Amino acid sequence: MLRSSTTWILVGKRLAIAFLTLIIVSFAVFFATEMLPGDVAQILLGQAATPEAVAGLREAMGLDEPALQRFLGWLAGLATGDMGRSYVNGIDVVELLGGRLQNSLRLAGIVTAICVPVALTLGIVAAMYRGSWLDRAVSVATISVISVPEFMVATLAVLVFAVWLDWLPALSYGVNVDSIGAMLRAYAMPVITLSFVVSAQMIRMTRAAVIETIETPYVEMALLKGASRQRMVLVHALPNALGPIANAVALSLSYLVGGVIIVETVFNYPGVAKLMVDAVATRDLPLIQSCAMVFCVSYLSLITLADMVAILSNPRLRQ
Amino acid sequence: MTTTNGSSRKFRLPTPGNMGYSFSWVGRIGAAIIVFWAVVALIGNWITPYPVGEIVDWDYFSGVSAAHWMGTDYLGRDIFSRVLMGARYTVGIALASVTLACSIGVILGMIAAVIGGWFDTLLSRLLDAFNGIPSLLFGLVVVAAVGSSIPVLILTLAAIYMPGSYRFARALAVNINTMDFVTVARARGEGTPYMIAREIFPNILGPVLADLGLRFVFIVLVLSGLSFLGLGVQPPYADWGALVRENIEGLSLGAPAVIFPCIAIASLTISVNMFIDNLPTKIRDRAD
Repeated sequence: MLRSSTTWILVGKRLAIAFLTLIIVSFAVFFATEMLPGDVAQILLGQAATPEAVAGLREAMGLDEPALQRFLGWLAGLATGDMGRSYVNGIDVVELLGGRLQNSLRLAGIVTAICVPVALTLGIVAAMYRGSWLDRAVSVATISVISVPEFMVATLAVLVFAVWLDWLPALSYGVNVDSIGAMLRAYAMPVITLSFVVSAQMIRMTRAAVIETIETPYVEMALLKGASRQRMVLVHALPNALGPIANAVALSLSYLVGGVIIVETVFNYPGVAKLMVDAVATRDLPLIQSCAMVFCVSYLSLITLADMVAILSNPRLRQ
Repeated sequence: MTTTNGSSRKFRLPTPGNMGYSFSWVGRIGAAIIVFWAVVALIGNWITPYPVGEIVDWDYFSGVSAAHWMGTDYLGRDIFSRVLMGARYTVGIALASVTLACSIGVILGMIAAVIGGWFDTLLSRLLDAFNGIPSLLFGLVVVAAVGSSIPVLILTLAAIYMPGSYRFARALAVNINTMDFVTVARARGEGTPYMIAREIFPNILGPVLADLGLRFVFIVLVLSGLSFLGLGVQPPYADWGALVRENIEGLSLGAPAVIFPCIAIASLTISVNMFIDNLPTKIRDRAD
């Protein structure tokens, strides 16, 4: 397909906005953590430290430089993959993050692989048979999941699968997974919980996108010609709803970012979110900043991806 | 329906029904539950059967009984009393921050729509960028930085949800701004404050209130999430999210101490959604 140059200009503009947003977000993250009451050097050395020792550590850590200079230094470090050292144990943040990031991405990957096909099918079928008992059941279920906190979905999952049915371990994550069975059992609970949270959003948005297309005059025309409901939806409406649906998928996946924080904490899953919550407890600033940036980058890329798909799939947005 | 205008000028209470709005049953149930929790939040400390912070039973995580309607928590405190008091924190904090977020957002949105130009562009871009931070994450970072207290929670939650409210109000106000009566008012030489207060605001009020309800739900969810992570309301006080956190160890025992605070949150958020979804279209979509 040949795209006009205006499309690419729009895409470029969107990328530029995303980049600008990223700078503003990193600025916000850095300065939010800089507002920390109390001196980091003081916290690290404890109450008994002499003022000279605190001043020495401040100088050694570069804390006495102006905030803006430290921000720029930090930003340059991020860009080159140098995220500083943890205040608590002195390990490189990159090293701490690496394995955790892999764990989190694996979790997100599994959830995506399960959710996307299931949610799309349910959303499209619900739209196809709008007003039927199936549609109503799906609507009630998705609204219920959306209006309760993520930890409640997790709690219910534990109650049903671990306490009542006794199929899966309750709150433990087996670190040493040696067989496929053990791995499945370890991942099952976090995956089930996240899948519910993410699918609910995706089903609702997919359904809305398909229904919007069904209500256009050309689909009505297909109906008047005598096309069956399946043909009307699958052949006439769906191709034009693909853009909005892809948009909905990317947007719903951005809910993973919030959901993952709760789910990793509940199930004690060793991912980035757990690392960050622990870092908040110990006030380990470099670690908090880096984790926050990891989340913001993934969130922003999903949202930007959603916008790009919308621009590329809908010529009307290009004006 | 009887005609209310013309000859039959009996006195009528200005109830929704008499004003031409009709609420469906689902909406009424939702409204009833909302009112119930609002009343509990107001009078909670007078109706608790046991003192909130006191250990009243030596048996921890005990089940539902006549003495303890929702069982006891991990220390043997009465969960029913703690849920009643928790309503005050959850509903109070969420209401305060949603009011703050929506007032600022709506006022800024209307100003941006009426003034337009670089002010509008700059503000919209800036707040959009702010929207690019996941809400729970922002809460985590701020609470990590300045510590958790109720004013900090209210301000943080308000800051998280203000940009969305701005965006919503601005989009509505931009539509109203192109209508003839606004052009007429502008031709009359009315100033910006008059335009906002008398021409724009009354016409976007309905949808804005519906949006406020939905935003309230999101705030309750994020607040509960923060409290669940131990970063929200701090002990000895507890909102519903903190109650779940305190008693999470009882989960594998199937203790009611975990389940009832969850049910309380769900009943509030679901009923607000039910109420908003079933608002008469006359209120909800007036701007269309």
